[in-house]
Amino acid sequence: MSAPLLAVDDIGVRFGGFVALQGVTTAFHPGRVTSIIGPNGAGKSTLFNVLSGVLTPSSGTIRFKGQDLKGTRHHEFVHRGIARSYQITNIFPDLSVHENVRVAAQASRSRYNIWTNRKRFSELDVRADAALESVGLVAKRDEIAKFLAHGQQRALEIAIALISDPEVLLLDEPTAGMGPEETKEMVALLERLAAARTILLVEHKMKMILGLSDRILVLHHGRLIADGSPRDIQTDPEVRRVYLGQNDGYA
Amino acid sequence: MTSPAFAAPMPSSVRKPARLKSLVTTYRVPLSIIALCLLPWLLPSKALAVNVLVYGVVAVGYNLLFGYTGLLSFGHAAFVGAGAYITGIAIGQFGVPWYAAVLLGVFGGGLLAFAIGALSTRTRGIYFSMVTLALAQLVYYVALQASSWTGGENGLRGFTVNKINLLGYDVNFLDPVNKYYVLMTFAALALWIVSRILNSPFGAAIEAIRENERRASTCGYNVERTKLLSFTLSGTICALGGTMSALHLAFVPLDSLHYHASGMIVMMTLLGGASSFFGPFVGALVFLVMEDVFSLWTSHWQIIVGSIFVLFVLFLPKGIWGTFLARVMR
Repeated sequence: MSAPLLAVDDIGVRFGGFVALQGVTTAFHPGRVTSIIGPNGAGKSTLFNVLSGVLTPSSGTIRFKGQDLKGTRHHEFVHRGIARSYQITNIFPDLSVHENVRVAAQASRSRYNIWTNRKRFSELDVRADAALESVGLVAKRDEIAKFLAHGQQRALEIAIALISDPEVLLLDEPTAGMGPEETKEMVALLERLAAARTILLVEHKMKMILGLSDRILVLHHGRLIADGSPRDIQTDPEVRRVYLGQNDGYA
Repeated sequence: MTSPAFAAPMPSSVRKPARLKSLVTTYRVPLSIIALCLLPWLLPSKALAVNVLVYGVVAVGYNLLFGYTGLLSFGHAAFVGAGAYITGIAIGQFGVPWYAAVLLGVFGGGLLAFAIGALSTRTRGIYFSMVTLALAQLVYYVALQASSWTGGENGLRGFTVNKINLLGYDVNFLDPVNKYYVLMTFAALALWIVSRILNSPFGAAIEAIRENERRASTCGYNVERTKLLSFTLSGTICALGGTMSALHLAFVPLDSLHYHASGMIVMMTLLGGASSFFGPFVGALVFLVMEDVFSLWTSHWQIIVGSIFVLFVLFLPKGIWGTFLARVMR
Protein backbone atom coordinates (compact mmCIF):
# COMPACT_ATOMS: atom_id res chain seq x y z
CA MET A 1 0.00 0.00 0.00
CA SER A 2 1.09 3.58 -0.69
CA ALA A 3 2.45 5.87 2.03
CA PRO A 4 -0.20 7.43 4.28
CA LEU A 5 -1.42 10.90 3.34
CA LEU A 6 -2.43 11.87 6.84
CA ALA A 7 -1.24 10.17 9.99
CA VAL A 8 -1.81 10.78 13.68
CA ASP A 9 0.39 9.32 16.38
CA ASP A 10 -0.69 8.93 20.00
CA ILE A 11 -3.03 11.93 19.92
CA GLY A 12 -4.47 13.06 23.25
CA VAL A 13 -6.86 15.95 23.91
CA ARG A 14 -7.79 17.09 27.39
CA PHE A 15 -10.27 19.82 28.34
CA GLY A 16 -9.39 20.51 31.97
CA GLY A 17 -9.99 17.18 33.68
CA PHE A 18 -12.04 15.71 30.83
CA VAL A 19 -10.19 13.40 28.46
CA ALA A 20 -11.74 13.80 25.01
CA LEU A 21 -9.18 11.75 23.10
CA GLN A 22 -6.54 9.38 24.35
CA GLY A 23 -3.74 7.56 22.55
CA VAL A 24 -5.30 7.68 19.09
CA THR A 25 -2.90 6.37 16.46
CA THR A 26 -3.96 5.77 12.89
CA ALA A 27 -3.21 6.69 9.29
CA PHE A 28 -5.30 7.60 6.26
CA HIS A 29 -4.29 6.50 2.79
CA PRO A 30 -5.03 8.33 -0.46
CA GLY A 31 -8.21 7.76 -2.38
CA ARG A 32 -10.25 6.04 0.30
CA VAL A 33 -13.37 6.82 2.26
CA THR A 34 -12.93 6.34 5.99
CA SER A 35 -15.85 6.77 8.36
CA ILE A 36 -15.45 7.53 12.02
CA ILE A 37 -18.30 6.33 14.19
CA GLY A 38 -19.03 6.10 17.88
CA PRO A 39 -21.70 7.09 20.39
CA ASN A 40 -22.24 10.77 21.22
CA GLY A 41 -19.27 12.17 23.11
CA ALA A 42 -16.92 9.49 21.78
CA GLY A 43 -14.50 12.13 20.46
CA LYS A 44 -15.34 12.09 16.74
CA SER A 45 -15.69 15.85 16.36
CA THR A 46 -12.66 16.39 18.58
CA LEU A 47 -10.61 14.19 16.28
CA PHE A 48 -11.87 16.21 13.29
CA ASN A 49 -10.96 19.44 15.05
CA VAL A 50 -7.44 18.10 15.60
CA LEU A 51 -7.13 16.95 11.98
CA SER A 52 -8.20 20.37 10.69
CA GLY A 53 -6.19 22.49 13.12
CA VAL A 54 -9.17 23.92 15.00
CA LEU A 55 -7.74 22.30 18.13
CA THR A 56 -4.12 21.79 19.04
CA PRO A 57 -3.82 18.36 20.67
CA SER A 58 -2.52 18.18 24.24
CA SER A 59 -0.11 15.44 23.12
CA GLY A 60 0.88 13.48 20.04
CA THR A 61 1.73 14.43 16.45
CA ILE A 62 -0.10 14.85 13.15
CA ARG A 63 1.73 14.32 9.90
CA PHE A 64 0.49 15.31 6.47
CA LYS A 65 2.51 13.88 3.55
CA GLY A 66 5.26 13.13 6.04
CA GLN A 67 5.43 16.67 7.41
CA ASP A 68 4.72 17.41 11.05
CA LEU A 69 1.82 19.88 11.30
CA LYS A 70 2.86 21.09 14.75
CA GLY A 71 2.50 24.89 14.88
CA THR A 72 0.45 25.02 11.67
CA ARG A 73 -2.49 27.33 12.28
CA HIS A 74 -6.08 26.50 11.38
CA HIS A 75 -6.27 28.86 8.40
CA GLU A 76 -3.13 27.29 6.89
CA PHE A 77 -4.59 23.77 6.78
CA VAL A 78 -6.68 24.46 3.69
CA HIS A 79 -3.59 25.77 1.88
CA ARG A 80 -1.77 22.52 2.74
CA GLY A 81 -4.63 20.51 1.24
CA ILE A 82 -6.96 19.65 4.13
CA ALA A 83 -10.48 21.10 3.97
CA ARG A 84 -13.53 20.44 6.11
CA SER A 85 -17.23 20.97 6.71
CA TYR A 86 -18.89 21.37 10.09
CA GLN A 87 -21.57 19.44 11.94
CA ILE A 88 -23.63 22.61 12.36
CA THR A 89 -23.98 24.33 9.00
CA ASN A 90 -21.22 26.88 8.64
CA ILE A 91 -21.66 29.19 5.65
CA PHE A 92 -21.70 32.95 4.99
CA PRO A 93 -25.44 33.52 5.59
CA ASP A 94 -25.94 36.98 4.04
CA LEU A 95 -23.85 36.43 0.93
CA SER A 96 -25.27 34.91 -2.24
CA VAL A 97 -24.61 31.25 -2.97
CA HIS A 98 -22.13 32.24 -5.66
CA GLU A 99 -20.35 34.73 -3.40
CA ASN A 100 -20.06 32.08 -0.68
CA VAL A 101 -18.05 29.81 -2.95
CA ARG A 102 -16.23 32.61 -4.71
CA VAL A 103 -14.83 34.12 -1.53
CA ALA A 104 -13.66 30.65 -0.50
CA ALA A 105 -11.94 30.26 -3.88
CA GLN A 106 -10.36 33.67 -3.53
CA ALA A 107 -8.51 32.63 -0.37
CA SER A 108 -5.97 30.71 -2.42
CA ARG A 109 -5.56 33.53 -4.93
CA SER A 110 -5.67 36.89 -3.17
CA ARG A 111 -6.14 37.72 0.49
CA TYR A 112 -4.60 41.15 1.06
CA ASN A 113 -4.97 42.91 -2.28
CA ILE A 114 -6.78 46.14 -1.40
CA TRP A 115 -6.61 47.82 -4.78
CA THR A 116 -7.53 45.64 -7.76
CA ASN A 117 -11.21 45.30 -8.58
CA ARG A 118 -12.17 41.78 -7.55
CA LYS A 119 -14.23 41.36 -10.73
CA ARG A 120 -10.94 41.11 -12.60
CA PHE A 121 -10.33 37.74 -10.98
CA SER A 122 -12.87 36.20 -13.33
CA GLU A 123 -11.33 32.73 -13.10
CA LEU A 124 -12.74 32.65 -9.56
CA ASP A 125 -16.27 32.97 -10.96
CA VAL A 126 -15.60 30.05 -13.28
CA ARG A 127 -14.24 27.93 -10.44
CA ALA A 128 -17.12 28.90 -8.14
CA ASP A 129 -19.72 27.99 -10.75
CA ALA A 130 -17.99 24.68 -11.43
CA ALA A 131 -18.11 23.85 -7.72
CA LEU A 132 -21.79 24.77 -7.57
CA GLU A 133 -22.39 22.57 -10.59
CA SER A 134 -20.73 19.63 -8.88
CA VAL A 135 -23.03 19.87 -5.86
CA GLY A 136 -26.13 20.68 -7.93
CA LEU A 137 -26.67 24.26 -6.79
CA VAL A 138 -26.20 26.17 -10.05
CA ALA A 139 -29.89 27.07 -10.19
CA LYS A 140 -29.61 28.73 -6.78
CA ARG A 141 -26.50 30.71 -7.74
CA ASP A 142 -27.84 34.20 -6.95
CA GLU A 143 -29.96 33.39 -3.92
CA ILE A 144 -28.95 34.56 -0.47
CA ALA A 145 -27.46 31.57 1.31
CA LYS A 146 -29.56 31.81 4.47
CA PHE A 147 -32.77 31.38 2.44
CA LEU A 148 -31.72 27.98 1.04
CA ALA A 149 -33.31 24.79 2.32
CA HIS A 150 -31.32 22.98 4.98
CA GLY A 151 -30.07 20.27 2.61
CA GLN A 152 -28.98 22.87 0.08
CA GLN A 153 -27.06 24.75 2.76
CA ARG A 154 -25.24 21.50 3.60
CA ALA A 155 -24.42 21.03 -0.09
CA LEU A 156 -23.23 24.64 -0.27
CA GLU A 157 -20.87 24.02 2.61
CA ILE A 158 -19.42 21.05 0.77
CA ALA A 159 -18.94 23.24 -2.31
CA ILE A 160 -17.09 25.76 -0.11
CA ALA A 161 -14.84 22.99 1.20
CA LEU A 162 -14.32 21.52 -2.28
CA ILE A 163 -13.29 24.77 -3.95
CA SER A 164 -9.73 24.54 -2.65
CA ASP A 165 -9.43 21.17 -4.43
CA PRO A 166 -8.29 19.52 -1.18
CA GLU A 167 -6.44 16.22 -1.07
CA VAL A 168 -8.22 15.37 2.16
CA LEU A 169 -11.84 16.30 2.75
CA LEU A 170 -13.23 16.07 6.29
CA LEU A 171 -17.03 15.95 6.41
CA ASP A 172 -18.64 16.21 9.84
CA GLU A 173 -22.11 14.66 9.59
CA PRO A 174 -22.95 15.96 6.11
CA THR A 175 -26.48 14.55 6.37
CA ALA A 176 -27.23 15.91 9.86
CA GLY A 177 -30.85 17.03 10.10
CA MET A 178 -31.70 15.82 6.60
CA GLY A 179 -34.79 13.95 5.52
CA PRO A 180 -34.55 10.70 3.52
CA GLU A 181 -34.78 12.44 0.13
CA GLU A 182 -32.05 14.97 0.91
CA THR A 183 -29.90 12.21 2.41
CA LYS A 184 -30.18 10.21 -0.78
CA GLU A 185 -28.97 13.17 -2.82
CA MET A 186 -26.10 13.76 -0.42
CA VAL A 187 -25.03 10.12 -0.62
CA ALA A 188 -25.01 10.34 -4.42
CA LEU A 189 -22.88 13.48 -4.15
CA LEU A 190 -20.44 11.81 -1.75
CA GLU A 191 -20.13 8.81 -4.05
CA ARG A 192 -19.14 11.11 -6.90
CA LEU A 193 -16.62 12.93 -4.71
CA ALA A 194 -15.15 9.72 -3.37
CA ALA A 195 -14.00 8.73 -6.84
CA ALA A 196 -11.33 11.43 -6.83
CA ARG A 197 -10.22 12.14 -3.27
CA THR A 198 -9.55 11.04 0.27
CA ILE A 199 -12.60 11.51 2.42
CA LEU A 200 -13.02 11.26 6.17
CA LEU A 201 -16.58 11.09 7.32
CA VAL A 202 -18.25 11.39 10.70
CA GLU A 203 -21.76 9.98 10.49
CA HIS A 204 -24.52 8.41 12.51
CA LYS A 205 -26.52 6.85 9.68
CA MET A 206 -25.19 3.28 9.69
CA LYS A 207 -26.73 2.13 6.45
CA MET A 208 -25.15 5.02 4.61
CA ILE A 209 -21.74 4.47 6.22
CA LEU A 210 -21.68 0.76 5.44
CA GLY A 211 -22.42 1.49 1.80
CA LEU A 212 -19.97 4.35 1.34
CA SER A 213 -16.93 3.47 3.40
CA ASP A 214 -13.81 1.52 2.52
CA ARG A 215 -12.87 1.50 6.17
CA ILE A 216 -14.47 2.32 9.51
CA LEU A 217 -12.91 3.55 12.74
CA VAL A 218 -14.83 3.21 15.98
CA LEU A 219 -14.23 5.63 18.85
CA HIS A 220 -15.51 5.09 22.37
CA HIS A 221 -14.74 7.37 25.34
CA GLY A 222 -11.93 8.98 23.36
CA ARG A 223 -10.20 5.71 22.48
CA LEU A 224 -9.98 3.91 19.18
CA ILE A 225 -11.61 0.54 19.84
CA ALA A 226 -11.90 -0.87 16.32
CA ASP A 227 -10.53 -0.29 12.84
CA GLY A 228 -11.45 -2.32 9.80
CA SER A 229 -13.65 -2.88 6.76
CA PRO A 230 -17.40 -2.37 7.15
CA ARG A 231 -17.81 -6.16 7.27
CA ASP A 232 -15.23 -6.51 10.08
CA ILE A 233 -16.82 -3.73 12.07
CA GLN A 234 -20.29 -5.23 11.80
CA THR A 235 -19.08 -8.49 13.29
CA ASP A 236 -16.66 -7.05 15.86
CA PRO A 237 -17.95 -8.14 19.28
CA GLU A 238 -16.51 -5.14 21.10
CA VAL A 239 -18.21 -2.73 18.69
CA ARG A 240 -21.49 -4.58 18.97
CA ARG A 241 -21.27 -4.36 22.73
CA VAL A 242 -20.47 -0.61 23.08
CA TYR A 243 -22.18 0.80 20.09
CA LEU A 244 -24.50 -1.16 17.90
CA GLY A 245 -26.10 -3.17 20.66
CA GLN A 246 -26.87 -0.21 22.88
CA ASN A 247 -28.20 2.04 20.22
CA ASP A 248 -30.72 0.11 18.21
CA GLY A 249 -31.77 3.34 16.57
CA TYR A 250 -28.47 3.68 14.80
CA ALA A 251 -28.09 0.08 13.67
CA MET B 1 -44.68 27.68 -7.63
CA THR B 2 -46.02 30.56 -9.63
CA SER B 3 -47.58 29.73 -12.95
CA PRO B 4 -45.51 30.72 -15.99
CA ALA B 5 -48.17 33.19 -17.15
CA PHE B 6 -48.06 34.97 -13.83
CA ALA B 7 -44.31 34.77 -13.52
CA ALA B 8 -43.56 36.08 -17.00
CA PRO B 9 -43.99 39.84 -16.47
CA MET B 10 -42.12 39.71 -13.16
CA PRO B 11 -38.51 39.95 -14.39
CA SER B 12 -39.00 43.16 -16.39
CA SER B 13 -40.73 44.95 -13.54
CA VAL B 14 -38.01 43.83 -11.16
CA ARG B 15 -35.16 44.45 -13.49
CA LYS B 16 -35.61 48.15 -14.09
CA PRO B 17 -35.15 49.42 -10.52
CA ALA B 18 -32.48 46.76 -9.95
CA ARG B 19 -30.58 48.28 -12.85
CA LEU B 20 -30.92 51.70 -11.24
CA LYS B 21 -29.54 50.38 -7.99
CA SER B 22 -26.62 48.68 -9.68
CA LEU B 23 -25.93 51.92 -11.59
CA VAL B 24 -25.89 53.81 -8.29
CA THR B 25 -23.49 51.21 -6.89
CA THR B 26 -21.21 51.19 -9.91
CA TYR B 27 -20.95 54.96 -10.10
CA ARG B 28 -21.04 55.56 -6.37
CA VAL B 29 -17.83 57.59 -6.33
CA PRO B 30 -18.66 60.04 -9.19
CA LEU B 31 -22.21 60.40 -7.82
CA SER B 32 -20.87 61.10 -4.34
CA ILE B 33 -18.52 63.74 -5.73
CA ILE B 34 -21.37 65.46 -7.57
CA ALA B 35 -23.31 65.51 -4.31
CA LEU B 36 -20.29 66.97 -2.51
CA CYS B 37 -19.91 69.70 -5.14
CA LEU B 38 -23.52 70.81 -4.58
CA LEU B 39 -23.45 70.47 -0.80
CA PRO B 40 -22.24 73.97 0.27
CA TRP B 41 -25.01 75.61 -1.78
CA LEU B 42 -27.71 73.50 -0.13
CA LEU B 43 -26.67 73.96 3.50
CA PRO B 44 -27.22 77.04 5.71
CA SER B 45 -23.50 77.73 6.06
CA LYS B 46 -20.20 76.86 4.39
CA ALA B 47 -18.68 76.05 7.78
CA LEU B 48 -21.36 73.42 8.31
CA ALA B 49 -20.62 72.01 4.85
CA VAL B 50 -16.93 71.62 5.73
CA ASN B 51 -17.92 69.92 8.97
CA VAL B 52 -20.05 67.49 6.99
CA LEU B 53 -17.05 66.75 4.76
CA VAL B 54 -14.85 66.06 7.78
CA TYR B 55 -17.28 63.80 9.59
CA GLY B 56 -18.49 62.23 6.36
CA VAL B 57 -14.93 61.04 5.67
CA VAL B 58 -14.54 59.92 9.29
CA ALA B 59 -17.80 57.95 9.24
CA VAL B 60 -17.09 56.31 5.86
CA GLY B 61 -13.62 55.34 7.10
CA TYR B 62 -15.06 54.05 10.36
CA ASN B 63 -17.62 51.97 8.49
CA LEU B 64 -14.88 50.03 6.72
CA LEU B 65 -14.24 48.47 10.13
CA PHE B 66 -17.74 48.58 11.60
CA GLY B 67 -20.13 47.87 8.73
CA TYR B 68 -17.88 45.80 6.49
CA THR B 69 -15.58 43.94 8.91
CA GLY B 70 -18.16 43.72 11.70
CA LEU B 71 -15.99 45.18 14.47
CA LEU B 72 -17.52 47.77 16.80
CA SER B 73 -14.72 50.15 17.80
CA PHE B 74 -15.39 52.79 20.44
CA GLY B 75 -12.01 54.39 20.01
CA HIS B 76 -11.90 55.94 16.56
CA ALA B 77 -11.79 59.48 17.95
CA ALA B 78 -8.16 58.68 18.81
CA PHE B 79 -7.25 58.47 15.11
CA VAL B 80 -9.27 61.54 14.12
CA GLY B 81 -7.65 63.46 16.99
CA ALA B 82 -4.18 62.11 16.24
CA GLY B 83 -4.45 63.25 12.63
CA ALA B 84 -5.60 66.69 13.75
CA TYR B 85 -2.99 67.14 16.49
CA ILE B 86 -0.07 65.93 14.37
CA THR B 87 -1.05 68.26 11.52
CA GLY B 88 -1.49 71.19 13.90
CA ILE B 89 1.78 70.58 15.74
CA ALA B 90 3.68 70.09 12.47
CA ILE B 91 2.43 73.41 11.09
CA GLY B 92 2.45 75.47 14.29
CA GLN B 93 5.60 74.23 15.99
CA PHE B 94 7.77 72.99 13.15
CA GLY B 95 6.70 75.24 10.29
CA VAL B 96 6.02 72.26 8.02
CA PRO B 97 4.14 73.18 4.82
CA TRP B 98 0.42 72.35 5.01
CA TYR B 99 0.45 69.50 2.49
CA ALA B 100 3.36 67.77 4.25
CA ALA B 101 1.56 68.28 7.57
CA VAL B 102 -1.51 66.52 6.11
CA LEU B 103 0.66 63.58 5.04
CA LEU B 104 2.29 63.44 8.48
CA GLY B 105 -1.13 63.53 10.17
CA VAL B 106 -2.50 60.73 8.00
CA PHE B 107 0.62 58.61 8.42
CA GLY B 108 0.84 59.24 12.18
CA GLY B 109 -2.85 58.47 12.70
CA GLY B 110 -2.46 55.30 10.64
CA LEU B 111 0.51 54.22 12.76
CA LEU B 112 -1.50 54.78 15.94
CA ALA B 113 -4.35 52.73 14.41
CA PHE B 114 -1.89 49.93 13.65
CA ALA B 115 -0.68 49.94 17.26
CA ILE B 116 -4.15 50.06 18.84
CA GLY B 117 -5.42 47.56 16.27
CA ALA B 118 -2.59 45.13 17.03
CA LEU B 119 -3.62 45.12 20.69
CA SER B 120 -7.41 45.19 20.27
CA THR B 121 -7.99 42.77 17.37
CA ARG B 122 -6.74 39.93 19.58
CA THR B 123 -9.99 40.21 21.49
CA ARG B 124 -13.59 39.71 20.33
CA GLY B 125 -17.05 41.13 20.79
CA ILE B 126 -17.61 43.41 23.74
CA TYR B 127 -13.98 43.00 24.84
CA PHE B 128 -12.79 44.40 21.55
CA SER B 129 -15.03 47.45 21.99
CA MET B 130 -13.81 47.96 25.56
CA VAL B 131 -10.12 47.64 24.64
CA THR B 132 -10.48 50.22 21.85
CA LEU B 133 -12.33 52.53 24.26
CA ALA B 134 -9.67 52.18 26.95
CA LEU B 135 -6.73 52.66 24.60
CA ALA B 136 -8.37 55.71 23.02
CA GLN B 137 -8.92 57.22 26.48
CA LEU B 138 -5.23 56.61 27.10
CA VAL B 139 -4.48 58.75 24.06
CA TYR B 140 -6.86 61.40 25.43
CA TYR B 141 -5.00 61.55 28.74
CA VAL B 142 -1.62 61.66 27.03
CA ALA B 143 -2.82 64.70 25.04
CA LEU B 144 -4.16 66.26 28.25
CA GLN B 145 -0.87 65.79 30.11
CA ALA B 146 1.51 66.72 27.28
CA SER B 147 0.21 70.28 27.36
CA SER B 148 3.45 71.87 26.17
CA TRP B 149 2.87 70.08 22.86
CA THR B 150 -0.89 69.89 22.68
CA GLY B 151 -2.10 72.89 24.70
CA GLY B 152 -3.71 70.48 27.17
CA GLU B 153 -7.23 71.37 28.17
CA ASN B 154 -7.25 74.52 26.06
CA GLY B 155 -6.70 72.59 22.88
CA LEU B 156 -4.15 73.24 20.18
CA ARG B 157 -4.01 76.70 18.56
CA GLY B 158 -1.67 78.84 16.58
CA PHE B 159 -1.37 77.10 13.24
CA THR B 160 -3.74 79.05 11.03
CA VAL B 161 -3.27 78.36 7.35
CA ASN B 162 -4.14 81.60 5.53
CA LYS B 163 -2.99 80.89 2.09
CA ILE B 164 -2.12 77.80 0.19
CA ASN B 165 -0.30 77.47 -3.05
CA LEU B 166 -1.94 75.25 -5.62
CA LEU B 167 -0.14 74.72 -8.92
CA GLY B 168 1.46 78.17 -8.75
CA TYR B 169 -1.72 80.00 -7.71
CA ASP B 170 -2.10 81.45 -4.23
CA VAL B 171 -5.50 80.45 -2.88
CA ASN B 172 -7.00 82.38 0.01
CA PHE B 173 -7.76 79.57 2.44
CA LEU B 174 -9.77 81.83 4.75
CA ASP B 175 -12.43 82.14 2.06
CA PRO B 176 -15.05 79.51 2.99
CA VAL B 177 -15.79 78.46 -0.59
CA ASN B 178 -12.12 77.98 -1.44
CA LYS B 179 -11.59 76.10 1.78
CA TYR B 180 -14.56 73.86 1.04
CA TYR B 181 -13.44 72.87 -2.42
CA VAL B 182 -9.84 72.25 -1.39
CA LEU B 183 -10.93 70.01 1.47
CA MET B 184 -13.55 68.40 -0.79
CA THR B 185 -10.70 67.15 -2.96
CA PHE B 186 -9.37 65.24 0.05
CA ALA B 187 -12.83 63.91 0.84
CA ALA B 188 -13.31 62.77 -2.76
CA LEU B 189 -9.93 61.04 -2.63
CA ALA B 190 -10.91 59.28 0.60
CA LEU B 191 -14.24 58.11 -0.84
CA TRP B 192 -12.51 56.81 -3.94
CA ILE B 193 -9.93 54.91 -1.87
CA VAL B 194 -12.57 53.35 0.41
CA SER B 195 -14.66 52.38 -2.61
CA ARG B 196 -11.67 50.65 -4.21
CA ILE B 197 -10.90 48.81 -0.97
CA LEU B 198 -14.50 47.59 -0.75
CA ASN B 199 -14.38 46.38 -4.36
CA SER B 200 -11.06 44.60 -3.91
CA PRO B 201 -10.44 40.96 -2.97
CA PHE B 202 -9.61 42.25 0.51
CA GLY B 203 -13.09 43.80 0.60
CA ALA B 204 -14.54 40.32 0.02
CA ALA B 205 -12.31 38.88 2.74
CA ILE B 206 -13.48 41.34 5.42
CA GLU B 207 -17.11 40.71 4.52
CA ALA B 208 -16.49 36.98 4.88
CA ILE B 209 -15.02 37.60 8.33
CA ARG B 210 -18.01 39.74 9.30
CA GLU B 211 -20.37 37.01 8.10
CA ASN B 212 -18.66 34.05 9.74
CA GLU B 213 -15.25 34.31 11.30
CA ARG B 214 -14.73 30.58 11.78
CA ARG B 215 -15.73 29.76 8.21
CA ALA B 216 -13.44 32.50 6.86
CA SER B 217 -10.57 31.01 8.81
CA THR B 218 -11.38 27.49 7.60
CA CYS B 219 -11.41 28.84 4.04
CA GLY B 220 -7.82 29.96 4.54
CA TYR B 221 -8.05 33.60 5.60
CA ASN B 222 -5.78 34.74 8.42
CA VAL B 223 -8.49 36.40 10.46
CA GLU B 224 -6.22 38.30 12.89
CA ARG B 225 -4.07 39.79 10.16
CA THR B 226 -7.04 40.72 7.97
CA LYS B 227 -8.76 42.46 10.90
CA LEU B 228 -5.58 44.35 11.73
CA LEU B 229 -5.22 45.58 8.15
CA SER B 230 -8.87 46.66 8.11
CA PHE B 231 -8.44 48.45 11.44
CA THR B 232 -5.33 50.26 10.20
CA LEU B 233 -6.92 51.35 6.91
CA SER B 234 -10.05 52.50 8.73
CA GLY B 235 -8.00 54.49 11.25
CA THR B 236 -5.93 56.04 8.48
CA ILE B 237 -9.02 57.34 6.68
CA CYS B 238 -10.29 58.74 10.00
CA ALA B 239 -6.92 60.43 10.51
CA LEU B 240 -7.36 62.13 7.13
CA GLY B 241 -10.70 63.43 8.39
CA GLY B 242 -8.85 64.73 11.46
CA THR B 243 -6.25 66.61 9.42
CA MET B 244 -9.04 68.18 7.36
CA SER B 245 -10.73 69.33 10.55
CA ALA B 246 -7.47 70.85 11.82
CA LEU B 247 -7.02 72.82 8.58
CA HIS B 248 -10.65 73.89 8.70
CA LEU B 249 -10.85 75.09 12.31
CA ALA B 250 -7.20 76.12 12.81
CA PHE B 251 -7.84 74.64 16.22
CA VAL B 252 -7.88 71.16 17.74
CA PRO B 253 -10.15 70.87 20.79
CA LEU B 254 -9.10 68.30 23.39
CA ASP B 255 -12.66 66.97 23.23
CA SER B 256 -11.98 65.69 19.73
CA LEU B 257 -10.13 62.81 21.43
CA HIS B 258 -12.79 62.10 24.02
CA TYR B 259 -14.90 58.95 23.86
CA HIS B 260 -17.96 61.17 23.28
CA ALA B 261 -16.45 61.88 19.88
CA SER B 262 -16.04 58.13 19.25
CA GLY B 263 -19.66 57.60 20.22
CA MET B 264 -20.75 60.34 17.83
CA ILE B 265 -18.96 58.56 14.96
CA VAL B 266 -20.84 55.34 15.78
CA MET B 267 -24.15 57.27 15.93
CA MET B 268 -23.58 58.96 12.58
CA THR B 269 -22.73 55.63 10.96
CA LEU B 270 -25.81 53.88 12.35
CA LEU B 271 -28.08 56.82 11.52
CA GLY B 272 -27.03 56.81 7.87
CA GLY B 273 -26.76 53.04 7.59
CA ALA B 274 -23.77 50.79 8.15
CA SER B 275 -24.68 48.40 5.34
CA SER B 276 -23.94 50.80 2.51
CA PHE B 277 -20.96 52.71 1.17
CA PHE B 278 -22.45 56.20 1.27
CA GLY B 279 -24.77 55.66 4.27
CA PRO B 280 -22.32 56.88 6.93
CA PHE B 281 -21.74 60.07 4.94
CA VAL B 282 -25.48 60.70 4.85
CA GLY B 283 -25.56 59.96 8.59
CA ALA B 284 -22.88 62.57 9.25
CA LEU B 285 -24.79 65.08 7.12
CA VAL B 286 -28.12 64.52 8.85
CA PHE B 287 -26.56 64.46 12.32
CA LEU B 288 -24.69 67.74 11.83
CA VAL B 289 -27.63 69.48 10.16
CA MET B 290 -29.88 68.40 13.04
CA GLU B 291 -27.32 69.71 15.50
CA ASP B 292 -27.10 72.98 13.59
CA VAL B 293 -30.86 73.49 13.36
CA PHE B 294 -31.97 72.21 16.77
CA SER B 295 -29.23 74.00 18.69
CA LEU B 296 -30.77 77.28 17.48
CA TRP B 297 -34.01 76.34 19.21
CA THR B 298 -32.74 74.81 22.39
CA SER B 299 -29.51 74.09 24.20
CA HIS B 300 -30.90 70.60 24.81
CA TRP B 301 -30.68 69.68 21.13
CA GLN B 302 -29.09 66.35 22.06
CA ILE B 303 -32.45 65.16 23.43
CA ILE B 304 -34.03 65.58 20.00
CA VAL B 305 -31.10 64.12 18.06
CA GLY B 306 -30.86 61.24 20.55
CA SER B 307 -34.58 60.45 20.25
CA ILE B 308 -34.41 60.43 16.47
CA PHE B 309 -31.36 58.17 16.67
CA VAL B 310 -33.18 55.72 18.95
CA LEU B 311 -36.20 55.68 16.62
CA PHE B 312 -33.95 54.84 13.70
CA VAL B 313 -32.15 52.05 15.51
CA LEU B 314 -35.49 50.56 16.60
CA PHE B 315 -37.55 50.95 13.45
CA LEU B 316 -35.17 51.50 10.54
CA PRO B 317 -32.06 49.52 11.43
CA LYS B 318 -30.69 49.95 7.92
CA GLY B 319 -30.42 53.69 8.54
CA ILE B 320 -31.52 56.55 6.32
CA TRP B 321 -29.51 55.68 3.23
CA GLY B 322 -29.82 51.90 3.66
CA THR B 323 -33.61 52.22 3.90
CA PHE B 324 -33.67 54.52 0.89
CA LEU B 325 -31.65 52.02 -1.16
CA ALA B 326 -33.83 49.12 -0.03
CA ARG B 327 -37.24 50.79 -0.46
CA VAL B 328 -36.88 53.29 -3.28
CA MET B 329 -34.28 51.61 -5.47
CA ARG B 330 -35.26 48.05 -4.76
